[in-house]
Amino acid sequence: MHRHHRAAALAATVLTGALLATGCSSSSGGKKSEETANGASAGKATTPRMTVALVTHQAPGDTFWDTVRKGAEAAAAKDNIKLIYSADPNAGNQANLVQNAIDQKVDGIAVTLAKPDAMKSVLAKAEQAGIPVTGLNAGLSQWKSLGLLEYFGQDETVAGEAFGKKLNDIGAKHAVCVVQEQGNVALTQRCDGVKETFSGKTDVLYVNGTDMPSVKSTITAKLSADKSIDEVVTLAAPIALTATQSVSDAGSKAKVATFDLNKDLIKAIQENSIQFAVDQQPYLQGYLAVDALWLYKNNGNYSGGGEQPVLTGPAFVDKSNVDKVAAFAAKGTR
Amino acid sequence: MTQHAEPAVTTPPAPGPKDTDGRTAERSMIVRLLARPDVGVFLGAVAVYVFFLIAAPPVRDASSMANILYQSSTLGIVTVPVALLMIGGEFDLSAGVGVITSALTASMTAYQLSMNVWVGVIAALIVSLAIGFFNGWMVVKTGLPSFLVTLGSFLILQGVNLAVTKLVTGNVATDDISTMDGFDQARKVFASSFDIGGVQVKITVFWWLLFAAIATWVLLRTKYGNWIFAVGGNKESARAVGVPVAFTKISLFMLVGVGAWFVGMHQLFSFNTVQSGEGVGIELIYISGAVIGGCLLTGGSGSAIGPVFGAFMFGMVQQGIVYAGWNPDWFKAFLGVMLLGAVLINLWVQRTATRR
Repeated sequence: MHRHHRAAALAATVLTGALLATGCSSSSGGKKSEETANGASAGKATTPRMTVALVTHQAPGDTFWDTVRKGAEAAAAKDNIKLIYSADPNAGNQANLVQNAIDQKVDGIAVTLAKPDAMKSVLAKAEQAGIPVTGLNAGLSQWKSLGLLEYFGQDETVAGEAFGKKLNDIGAKHAVCVVQEQGNVALTQRCDGVKETFSGKTDVLYVNGTDMPSVKSTITAKLSADKSIDEVVTLAAPIALTATQSVSDAGSKAKVATFDLNKDLIKAIQENSIQFAVDQQPYLQGYLAVDALWLYKNNGNYSGGGEQPVLTGPAFVDKSNVDKVAAFAAKGTR
Repeated sequence: MTQHAEPAVTTPPAPGPKDTDGRTAERSMIVRLLARPDVGVFLGAVAVYVFFLIAAPPVRDASSMANILYQSSTLGIVTVPVALLMIGGEFDLSAGVGVITSALTASMTAYQLSMNVWVGVIAALIVSLAIGFFNGWMVVKTGLPSFLVTLGSFLILQGVNLAVTKLVTGNVATDDISTMDGFDQARKVFASSFDIGGVQVKITVFWWLLFAAIATWVLLRTKYGNWIFAVGGNKESARAVGVPVAFTKISLFMLVGVGAWFVGMHQLFSFNTVQSGEGVGIELIYISGAVIGGCLLTGGSGSAIGPVFGAFMFGMVQQGIVYAGWNPDWFKAFLGVMLLGAVLINLWVQRTATRR
């Protein structure tokens, strides 16, 4: 019996391995070649090889950050840059990663400032070491005081306000803003921005973004607790797609609109199950933050003259322009 | 069936439901149920339920109850085997990420090989069983605490989930498989809903209760159930009386794999795609569900019914706060206070019961 059991388990493991292996090899080749064929690679600079570190506060496996990284990789490939990517959602750990990049004597650092205070001392060290630093995605109000060269991102409050105005235009009366990570500054700013300009009522709802069934039932609960809600505002694409299921589960008449994009969300906009998305163009953020370091090194340029940030959003994607975006989103670059 | 020198070399008889012993059915069942710690958690769950009935009017709707049960079921389906494992004296920290591993495996296998989704479903089951086997085998072979072993596999799976997904799909989420062959069929099994008196009840609720019923029966009525209590209580004396310790522990880990697989399939067929970074932190909810449900952290004691109420309590509190419309900034604090309160009621009932 025992031997049978073991043999069966062994066979299962081998079979699984075989299945996985075939799965891997057949696709990764195809996908890889597809990516290089489609990726935004417009030749390659002949400037000397340089090294740039991109350090973000990404949580593992987030579709949004994957897009940022793809943008950065495209710029690196074009500019003859060796890109070192690292990320940690914990601010202290992220600071250590920046220190790590300084120790490696990189030629430039691109960094997100989700928790700016934690980054202060390590950014001072980068300045001492003479390493130029660009900011992206988070830290709009602090990048200048922390001595960064330039900043590429979206003003979350501005994006929220634009979102709120759009809600007024489409005639929503009562919105619920779904926050998937309690205590995240940027997400809170988005909801606050919506509240600021939206003339109807805005509620806030916290959900656990790492547990989709729980997200689904929590939004369902909120919608059935308050039948007057006619708009669900989500702050990430996967949450938006789940919210559409909650709406039908709760038998609610609410519509769903969201911040940020991914390819399934594009499809949902095409199929009318989601009204619109506000895109902060993460690919552009990653691309520009890395490309800027190349420009600075090779031609001394810096965008915004060290005074003004470069805004990458908010860009609205709705029924009217979704088809244009769809082709890029399918590749995971928008 | 005599003693052996090495822990792993034992000769287990066929597992599972075959040996119903001669004890009289009804009476001993009731007596045993009342003597068990689940009575406390049952009362705790009732208290929480009544509390929200008063505090949150929407909870009184049958459809709200269906939603609460849905949330509870997605936790409860894994909590049941996790509870059995804890009774057996071990811990599994990899169950939460294991759910995602399973869903990713199914999705990518089917999509990349362009096969019927059932191929992916089976592949995922095999992977989940293999993970369970690995955990159990490591624990039994090395004698390391399962906390450490499964902490290792928890971290490994997190990395593998992300890296393999990225390698295979080029993205960090899997492709939409909703148009593939067999999807609708699989969705019926794992993620459909039923109309009961005008209320849509998710199928996971039925599976959850069915699994809990089977687990209860196995625990109370089969030889395998006795083995679980025995290996959790005292491994050495269990071995001395001829309980196949290695087999019992490894199979318990594999059962957790089955639970994780089931919920993983539910997520896949319910949401069409899976994000590779999900699932972190959920393992603790499974374990707390089992602990609230009266399973001892040290093993050897507990039930399969208690964790049902444990998971229900979790779902009830989590959704009840939303139904009640309380200030969401306090959400986590409310959750903690309610759970602690529920556990205290549980403890109080147990103490009062044993004092008499």
